[in-house]
Amino acid sequence: MIEFNGVSVTYPTGVKALKNIDLAINKGEFVVVVGMSGAGKSTLMKCINRMVEPTVGSLKVNGKEVTQLKESQLRKLRTRIGIIFQDYNLIKRMSVLRNVMVGRLGHTPTLSSLIGRFPQSDLELAMNNLKRVGIDEKAYTRADYLSGGQQQRVSIARVLTQQPQIILADEPVASLDPPTSHQVMRDLKRVSKEDGLTTLVNLHFIDLAMEYADRIIGMREGEIVFDGPIGEVTEETFEEIYGRPIRAEEIIGGQ
Amino acid sequence: MEKSTAKKNKIRLFKPGTSFKIFGVVLAVLSLYWAAINQTQASLNRILSSFPILYRMLVEDFFPPDFSYLPRVVSQLVETFNIALLSTTLAAFLAFPMLFFSSSTVNRNPLSYSGIRLVMTVVRSIPNIIMVVLMVALVGLGPVSGIIALTVYSAAILIKLTSESVETIDKRPIQAIKAMGGNTLQTIAYGVVPQIFPVYLSHILYVLEVNLKASVVLGFVGAGGIGQLIRRQMSLFRYDRLGLIIFVLFLAISTIDYISQTLRSKLV
Repeated sequence: MIEFNGVSVTYPTGVKALKNIDLAINKGEFVVVVGMSGAGKSTLMKCINRMVEPTVGSLKVNGKEVTQLKESQLRKLRTRIGIIFQDYNLIKRMSVLRNVMVGRLGHTPTLSSLIGRFPQSDLELAMNNLKRVGIDEKAYTRADYLSGGQQQRVSIARVLTQQPQIILADEPVASLDPPTSHQVMRDLKRVSKEDGLTTLVNLHFIDLAMEYADRIIGMREGEIVFDGPIGEVTEETFEEIYGRPIRAEEIIGGQ
Repeated sequence: MEKSTAKKNKIRLFKPGTSFKIFGVVLAVLSLYWAAINQTQASLNRILSSFPILYRMLVEDFFPPDFSYLPRVVSQLVETFNIALLSTTLAAFLAFPMLFFSSSTVNRNPLSYSGIRLVMTVVRSIPNIIMVVLMVALVGLGPVSGIIALTVYSAAILIKLTSESVETIDKRPIQAIKAMGGNTLQTIAYGVVPQIFPVYLSHILYVLEVNLKASVVLGFVGAGGIGQLIRRQMSLFRYDRLGLIIFVLFLAISTIDYISQTLRSKLV
């Protein structure tokens, strides 16, 4: 359960990225946030694990106020929030398995993690998650030897190995080609449903959003201009969100 | 009419005035050369007239080398190598944690950051010969003074070389580890170290090469090893032995440079 109450974010440059957001996301929902670039999608997401500090307002995750957390409490919260980046953010020179184990760092005593001594059960968890996204045979390959789609699946496995309650995915398929984008989105949706996770995905392709979302949130200029279940969404909804007709580059195709 | 406007707007490859600037720079450099030649009273004649002396020294004094002296040379060479190896190893361990303090990517505390940078600059600005002379005064003649001086000096070089690589690493994995709840040490171990480790190993090998040559020179001022031997044989005018020392040194240094460069090209 994620609750935004009157959250605003003003960046030091004076840009108002979020304006008085009220929003509640329920456990287990697969929510896609759409909007043009600069609409505040990424800021909305980064507030949840406080990679961006809300300027005013209250933000609760599972009933706990996030904006008041101290450094160590914040780290604890972050171990339960998985994040998937557009550029995967893997450590290129490290093996796939070690990259996945990075997701376990927050659950491992510092000294053990520094010398690379993880409990066998954690390694099994990581290996199993690699299997779930279909790249377990690449476990000992260097991360940068993998294709983009494979790297993004490693980062999904890394997030799962955190055993999170929430997954945040910030433009997860923006660097991938259409067929790979569909595969990655399918994997993401499947594992998050299997584990009952609350998932927030930023996308700018409207057909991808339509296909995978349970619920769509539309943003424009720092405000939520649409919020509703997928059943209520039509092409006109997107034209309202964007404030103009849909363009060809907003449709990924494929599938 | 048309022709004259075309002439007026003639397009030049370089900005107008560039040739003036180049002329000025060339003139300045030439006058520096002239001043240098005047100051040192160098002349081609003096260089040419030294060739017969050089020839006599190489052929008559160095040959034949005194091969009976080989065991002594080799044992001192081993000492020189050990000085270089020990000081490089110690420096590598000393420099490693400091790397992260002296890099703004990891160390966000401006006070300790600029403090360490300042100490490093001071240490590097002391020529290592002076450092050995100081150490000889402190701990006496012999290899220990050389090891201490070279350790300090090469740690400073290692930090300087590698902390620049730390500044330019990919920050996105670090962001990811922090976002997943990793603490500072875990961020360093999993986000920074894998990215800089090959570069660091390569720099260690390079510093070993440099230290080997430096420890030969340092022997001259009393830091033990083959340098000390060279100095003694020179003052005894035993050029036959000196010839042997130089030959062995040449072989040893080129072999180690070759090995180290092969390894380094595999690393990065």
